[in-house]
Amino acid sequence: MSELFYAGGLIAIVSTLLVIVQSNVVHALIYLVLSLLAVAVVFFSLGAPFVALLEAIVYAGAIMVLFLFVVMMLNLGQASRDQERAWLPPRVWIVPCTLVLVLLGMLLPQIFEIAAVTNSPFVEVGVKAVSAELFGPYVLAVELGSFLLLAGLISAYHIAKR
Amino acid sequence: MSLIPLEHGIALAGLLFAIGLVGVMTRRNIVFVLMSLEIMLNSAGLAFVVAGAHHASAEGQVMFLMILTLAAAEVAVGLGLIIQLYRRFKTTDIEVLSALKG
Amino acid sequence: MSESLGLLPALPLLGFLILALSGGKLPKTVVALVGAGSIGLAFLVALNLALPIIADDSLIVRETLYTWMAVGSFEAQFGLTLDGLSTVMILVITGVGFLIHLYSTGFMADDPSYSRFFAIMNLFVASMLILVLADNLLLLYLGWEGVGLCSYLLIGFWYVDPKNGYAARKAFVTTRVGDTSMALGLLLLFTQLGSLDIQELMQAAVANWSVGSGLAIAATLLLLGGAVGKSAQLPLQTWLPDAMAGPTPISALIHAATMVTAGVYLVARTHVLFELAPSVQLLVACIGLATLLLAGFTAMTQHDIKRILAYSTISQIGYMFLGLGVGAWSASVFHLMTHAFFKALLFLAAGTVILSLHHEHDIFKMGGKRRQLPIAFASFLIGSLALAAFPFTSGYFSKDEILLAALEFETYGTWLWLGGVIGAVLTGFYSFRLVFVVFFGGSNGHHDAREVTGFSMAAPLFVLMLLALVGGFLTQPTAAVFGAHGQAGEHTVSAALHAVMIAAPLLGMLASYLVYGIGLIAPDTILRSGVARGLHTFWFSGWGFDWVYQRVFVAPFLWLARLNKHDIFDSVVSLLVRLTETANELLARSQTGSLRWYVLSVVGGMVVVLLATDLGGLL
Repeated sequence: MSELFYAGGLIAIVSTLLVIVQSNVVHALIYLVLSLLAVAVVFFSLGAPFVALLEAIVYAGAIMVLFLFVVMMLNLGQASRDQERAWLPPRVWIVPCTLVLVLLGMLLPQIFEIAAVTNSPFVEVGVKAVSAELFGPYVLAVELGSFLLLAGLISAYHIAKR
Repeated sequence: MSLIPLEHGIALAGLLFAIGLVGVMTRRNIVFVLMSLEIMLNSAGLAFVVAGAHHASAEGQVMFLMILTLAAAEVAVGLGLIIQLYRRFKTTDIEVLSALKG
Repeated sequence: MSESLGLLPALPLLGFLILALSGGKLPKTVVALVGAGSIGLAFLVALNLALPIIADDSLIVRETLYTWMAVGSFEAQFGLTLDGLSTVMILVITGVGFLIHLYSTGFMADDPSYSRFFAIMNLFVASMLILVLADNLLLLYLGWEGVGLCSYLLIGFWYVDPKNGYAARKAFVTTRVGDTSMALGLLLLFTQLGSLDIQELMQAAVANWSVGSGLAIAATLLLLGGAVGKSAQLPLQTWLPDAMAGPTPISALIHAATMVTAGVYLVARTHVLFELAPSVQLLVACIGLATLLLAGFTAMTQHDIKRILAYSTISQIGYMFLGLGVGAWSASVFHLMTHAFFKALLFLAAGTVILSLHHEHDIFKMGGKRRQLPIAFASFLIGSLALAAFPFTSGYFSKDEILLAALEFETYGTWLWLGGVIGAVLTGFYSFRLVFVVFFGGSNGHHDAREVTGFSMAAPLFVLMLLALVGGFLTQPTAAVFGAHGQAGEHTVSAALHAVMIAAPLLGMLASYLVYGIGLIAPDTILRSGVARGLHTFWFSGWGFDWVYQRVFVAPFLWLARLNKHDIFDSVVSLLVRLTETANELLARSQTGSLRWYVLSVVGGMVVVLLATDLGGLL
């Protein structure tokens, strides 16, 4: 399974990088879908098939389709692609990349240091176990999540209304 | 059963998060900014799942579900805002939204 | 009976409160009734209080209303004392004050600020009564400042004209010089003798200080400074002529009859101290003499009817100071009283003249007005006779007392007397110059002006005429206050000297008659010679005091003010403000409204914090 993990991880990183450097919104979205699917593969390799499916269906499916709809409504053409290129000269990348590299430079050593202490193999956790948790101790969180979705629905309708 | 070290999973989440962060800081198109935010949220979810798998616990996946819910709601509202913004200003440039200027 | 002592200042104060708080909404008849009525009632109260004291002058009425303030060992009572000296003062203040208030109801009838006028007048009377009734010097100082304030407000009564405001400020600032000196004097007395209660203070001074001791001299000098400022004596006399900018009844009440004599009252009240400092007492006499001569010369040259009277006031107060200086306390207070009568009469008559002649002040534009203005003429004639000390008028008795006392004074007595006599000649001259120029000869303008009169304006004039004539026969109950040696005793003066004293004013009158009455020597011929012209210009300007003060005090002060226009010391404080503003601007600039910039800042901040903790951990 570890091959699956590394392959998925690599695809995820590369496609995510491609998302943020694209000038065409639709291309970026396709790469984002690819990235999310790769993460789904990673989930599967980690022994979490349930969330892997949810990642594919909800994230890569539903949410990205929503994005796509909006992009289509905006109907951004060649002019917007040229605009994107004009907005992205190499120099604008310098400062954010430097900051993030510094951040990573501090973060990664820490990660490897901690994990080295507790290195145990992954165990598969299936749908049954997740459902038992969800409707057991976390049932209130599920209810709150439904409230959140309802609120999101109403406010999205209200905001996007003409 | 699996031989994937924990730190590799977490490092993957960290890298994805970092990439998303660069996107948020760099892009001017608000659609890209929103996509970058999605990447960051997803990487956070990934970190939960990795940790949950490491402890052989379902709670990591439960948290991912919560994040998924949050992301769905956030995207819905965010896209609504993008549409409204485009109607008002005929642009997707976030630099136009500078009413917070002091 | 002692309860009514507090009533005395309370009545005018109540009048002031009613008039001030009604905000000018009351009808004029009510204002007149409250304004003049409160003083009238106060006069009746004063009379009621005074009668027993006149009968027995050793009687002293004391009343402590409440403790005003108590700080540590210091305690000031709001305490009033009525003795012989205060009795004279309250009768003059309320009596003459009432007549002037009555006159004002007619004089000010057409003024839009009728109510304000009476409000301040009442406040003035209340302050003045507190001044003379106070049993400690601090309360006296309260009244002292109160009358100063009212004087300022009333000089600048017609504030629309900036000149009047300037005159008011000049008076206020000039008297403030004296007041500061007086405040220092009070502090010195308190720190040295531990009390400000007048009776205790006098006893302590006699007990602790020897005659001519340095502290006594310092204290009396400081008090004298206050008196000189308030009473417009040399060298602080310059404000009084300008103070004539106020309405004429003000000049009569404040700048002739009452407030300007407060300095005389102060010295008389603290005469025990002055007796401990003979050198200062001599200085008082010299100041009085110098002032009376200086003002007398100046009065001869003035054109403005009110300025003539103002200088004559300064001159007469100079006589009072002369009297104080030679220890004739009683005579000075006597002159204060008679002066209040005849000078109030003259000012009110001048008011009638001015009002009748449509606010004409220049006496050379009047002339021959005795038929047009009969009451004013009679008033002026009687007032001038009294002023010039014509035998058996009120002024004669009081001035006579002062001059005789001066003659008997050991140090320089003869010189002081001689100066006083010369002053008397001048008084005779300038007072009758006024009468001749205004009321005799041909008319020089305002040919068909009619005298403004009526009960409210005529009645006070008649009463004051009577007082000016016979006021000299009134006795005053001050013997107990001043002790035996301050009293006018039997004088042993040769008949020849006495004749000189009587002849002096008559000589002045005669000269005046020759020059202005029949024009034997025209003033123009005198002025043809260069010396006389120079002297005239010099005297006319009040001996150049204004000129000197302008250059020595006002100009450097203005220069300093201009220099420090932007307040150098303030800039130290505003530096902090400027710094905060700059920091704010810098931070505001960072608030660009760009979301990317904000995200960048957040991440940058995060990195900095993490780096710091990391490095901290390494250290």
